[in-house]
Amino acid sequence: MSWWRKQKPKRYQEDQRTAPVNGVIWLLAALLLVILPHLLRQPGWVVATCLAILTWRLFKEFKGWALPRTVFRLLLAVTLLAGTYFQYRTLNGLDAGTTLLTLMLSLKLIELRTLRDAMIVILLGYFLVLSGFLYDQSILSGLYLLSVVLLLTTSLLVLNHSDEGQSQAKKEYFKRATAILLQALPLVLILFILVPRIPGPLWALPNNSSSGTTGLSDKMSIGDITRLADSDAVAFRVNFTGEIPAADKLYWRGPILWQTDGRNWSTLNRADPFNALTAPPFTHLSEAIEYSVTLLPHKQRWLFALDLVVEQPEQSFLRRDFQLLHKDKINELYRYTVRSVLDYKNSQLLPQERKKALQLPANSNPQTRALAQQWRQQASSDQQLVTLALNYFQYQPFYYSRTPPALRGEPIDQFLFSAKKGFCEHYAAAFVTLMRGAGVPARVVTGYQGGEYSELGDYLLVRQSDAHAWAEVWLQESGWVRVDPTRVIPPDRIEAYEDLQRFTDTRNDKLFNPDTRWLHSAWLQTQRGWDAVNHQWSQWVVGFDQQQQQRLLERLGLGNLNIFALVGIMVLLILALLATLSLYLLYQRQKQREPLQQAYQTLCQRLAKRGVDNAPWLGPKQRCQQAMRKLPKQRQEIKSLFNHYIQLRYTKNQTADAQRAFIQAVKRFRC
Amino acid sequence: MSLSSRLNLARFFNAKGAEAGTLTLTQRRIFILPTRAGVSFGMILLAMFLAAINYNNSLAYLLTFLLTSVTIVSMLHCYRNLQGLQLRARTPQAVFAGETQKLPIHLYNPSSQRRLAIKLGWPKQPPQQVDLDPQQGKWVNLELPALSRGRHPVGQITLYTRFPLGFFHAWSYLHFEVSALVYPKPSGIRRLPEEPFQQQGSEGDRGRGSDDFIGQRPYHPGDSLHHLNWKALARERGLLTKQFGGDRSDELNISWQMLAEQTTEAKISQLCRWVVEAEQSHLRYGLEIPGAHIPIGQGQQHYEQSLTALALYGQKP
Repeated sequence: MSWWRKQKPKRYQEDQRTAPVNGVIWLLAALLLVILPHLLRQPGWVVATCLAILTWRLFKEFKGWALPRTVFRLLLAVTLLAGTYFQYRTLNGLDAGTTLLTLMLSLKLIELRTLRDAMIVILLGYFLVLSGFLYDQSILSGLYLLSVVLLLTTSLLVLNHSDEGQSQAKKEYFKRATAILLQALPLVLILFILVPRIPGPLWALPNNSSSGTTGLSDKMSIGDITRLADSDAVAFRVNFTGEIPAADKLYWRGPILWQTDGRNWSTLNRADPFNALTAPPFTHLSEAIEYSVTLLPHKQRWLFALDLVVEQPEQSFLRRDFQLLHKDKINELYRYTVRSVLDYKNSQLLPQERKKALQLPANSNPQTRALAQQWRQQASSDQQLVTLALNYFQYQPFYYSRTPPALRGEPIDQFLFSAKKGFCEHYAAAFVTLMRGAGVPARVVTGYQGGEYSELGDYLLVRQSDAHAWAEVWLQESGWVRVDPTRVIPPDRIEAYEDLQRFTDTRNDKLFNPDTRWLHSAWLQTQRGWDAVNHQWSQWVVGFDQQQQQRLLERLGLGNLNIFALVGIMVLLILALLATLSLYLLYQRQKQREPLQQAYQTLCQRLAKRGVDNAPWLGPKQRCQQAMRKLPKQRQEIKSLFNHYIQLRYTKNQTADAQRAFIQAVKRFRC
Repeated sequence: MSLSSRLNLARFFNAKGAEAGTLTLTQRRIFILPTRAGVSFGMILLAMFLAAINYNNSLAYLLTFLLTSVTIVSMLHCYRNLQGLQLRARTPQAVFAGETQKLPIHLYNPSSQRRLAIKLGWPKQPPQQVDLDPQQGKWVNLELPALSRGRHPVGQITLYTRFPLGFFHAWSYLHFEVSALVYPKPSGIRRLPEEPFQQQGSEGDRGRGSDDFIGQRPYHPGDSLHHLNWKALARERGLLTKQFGGDRSDELNISWQMLAEQTTEAKISQLCRWVVEAEQSHLRYGLEIPGAHIPIGQGQQHYEQSLTALALYGQKP
């Protein structure tokens, strides 16, 4: 049946159509949003190139500028490729890859003509959005995700409605895109919760070494922790299964510093065989407590836990010095559950352990050693020696300060005998040096102390500013015992209010400080609320990994299902959801017919009641004849009605008014 | 039913053949498949899913799932854009071969939802786009070049949409039981025969009405160039034919017998030209061809009857 077809049947293809201008403008707006967060991370020339190309395209749309020629585009592509290579010395890896994708996406803009080009740009855009999440997964990123998808979806709608913006549909694009997105959300929820999480990575991840570590390190030179004291950044958050222990028990142990050169302290060398020893047996003196820690990535292996860990998380190792280590560096948000005992007793000190716990460099800090020797003579026991040292800090004019004076020469000597002003690391280092000088095994422990309780989310928030250093000494009768020399400084010698109350309460009573005004307290409340939201976000979205998924499934009663059953349930749920959605979308007021037909149908039914044949094959003329015969009184009215209908249905001159008039006439018609 | 006929795609897509009356698009008539862009998008989604697994990145998972869900939902929207649509076609106005015929198709949107970007066209040809407001009906004229005389079924029309996202292509084949009548192309070199075949009419005396100018009307193919109003054309008023009439009327019997030496199609075209000229000259004329005899008469209906007889000559009625 091709008698009308033209001789050259150049096949029409929908996606070769020119992309409509209004669609392209939406697309440009969406792409600007896609590229924006990347631009903040890119080198300047990349930003300049992208913005230049985007501007060019805008001028093309609004001022009718010409797009560059193929040769120029090719040259530009090669130049940008070379530029990326020289920037990163590779084209592989996350940074180079994102830069390349950003540039190529911009480049595609200057050759975008057809609908197909536009679709390619959108698909690349989605991929670029994804690569942004490898840098940042905050709540803001989540909101950004939603708005980008909304904008790109709207662009798709406009592009696929090839109307050049002349219809009344303009306002409807955004509304429809929103509706589609909202209808998709329940499906997203099911997929997010039930799609089995496969522990990655599938291939080796490129090393993301560019960003430095945050938080504690495996070395402590005096003055280090002060740097953290002013940082409000979150270190980790803790959910306790039961009661939260008192503030003075909340010592989150991190790296243990054994080695010193008199000024710097560090952990044992990586190769030290002592590192391979596991925790020794010990006696519980109280019930174990259980809690989950959501640790922000710090790019180190250590995990933080209270005192002695009795039940450690998977893929972690508890060293002989009770330091908890994960098998890999923590590069992503990590959540683990631990059980700890806060009161304990252990009674085994290996000879090599004693040796390490007494190590002091020869000739360093002579005054300190002399003082230690002097105390050794006075004290009858190690316990008494500890008390002597603590008394020294308490009764001499020692100040606890965030801005201690710089220490030169023999740092501990200078601190103990002249400066007498220091932060926790000064006290810990000085105390351990004194103990070792007196022959008591001792070590420096770094970690975090205390935390801030959030009532909103029922969790403990530990910030970088809670970083702390303290000491542990070996006493014959009780084993390793924690001593925190900072705690003995009387309140009137503590300079910062935060430092004063950190040991006393987890409830942030900054609020009750007489100095603070309502504005300040409101600000703190807001901050705390925001952190609670952040915590939920990192627990349920960012940190939703295999274990968290398992935990949630157990809570839903699906814990012991295998992967196939789970996938089966997911598919069923999705089908049920889609069925509901189809019902909602497809069967709303479906029965409506065309009003003209409906009115004609009504007319026929009325006549049928008076005996006029209502067979479906009868045409209007035949019906009219019959009706006129059966109802001779209304001949004129019937004839005009049918003629009207025939006019409307079969001829050209039909206006909305004529149709309305017919419908009205049918309504009035009685027989 | 044999396997081959079961697997016959054409049969699957259009089992019913031509249909009369109003067609309502139900789920039996609507087909939906991903477009090329949709398939590419599927692959991008897979790549994104792998990236999410590899980097164990929750927001990447979320983005992948969100886009997957949006695509699935868009499939329902794409289908809904066609579902329930009511269509009917009217017999196209007859035209002469070589002209463009217009097939009027009426689309009615019975739902309370506006339908956008519905496209209607002959297979593989650029379509026309229609937007329909709730409860709105619209006429769309599909153009088809009339190549040869006769009555032709209009064949299959494709109705499709890719709205909203372009990842799915929902379509339906419309096969209306409507045929298009095409008159022969009026051509031939011979002028309207004068002498022996002209008989004196009942009113007035002999003579052709070409003396007195009585008005003008739009140009029809076959009109004599002598009667074209060139001045009007120069004033950009379009092609107009001057009409002349006399107070005398003539009768003319146009007959197959006058053209013994030409091929059938040439004869038909020549006869057609004469009919057109005779009508324009306000003659009373009759037509005699094998299988059809139209008595002497005049007027639009008579004119159409004569042209139809010529159009259908040698074809099944």
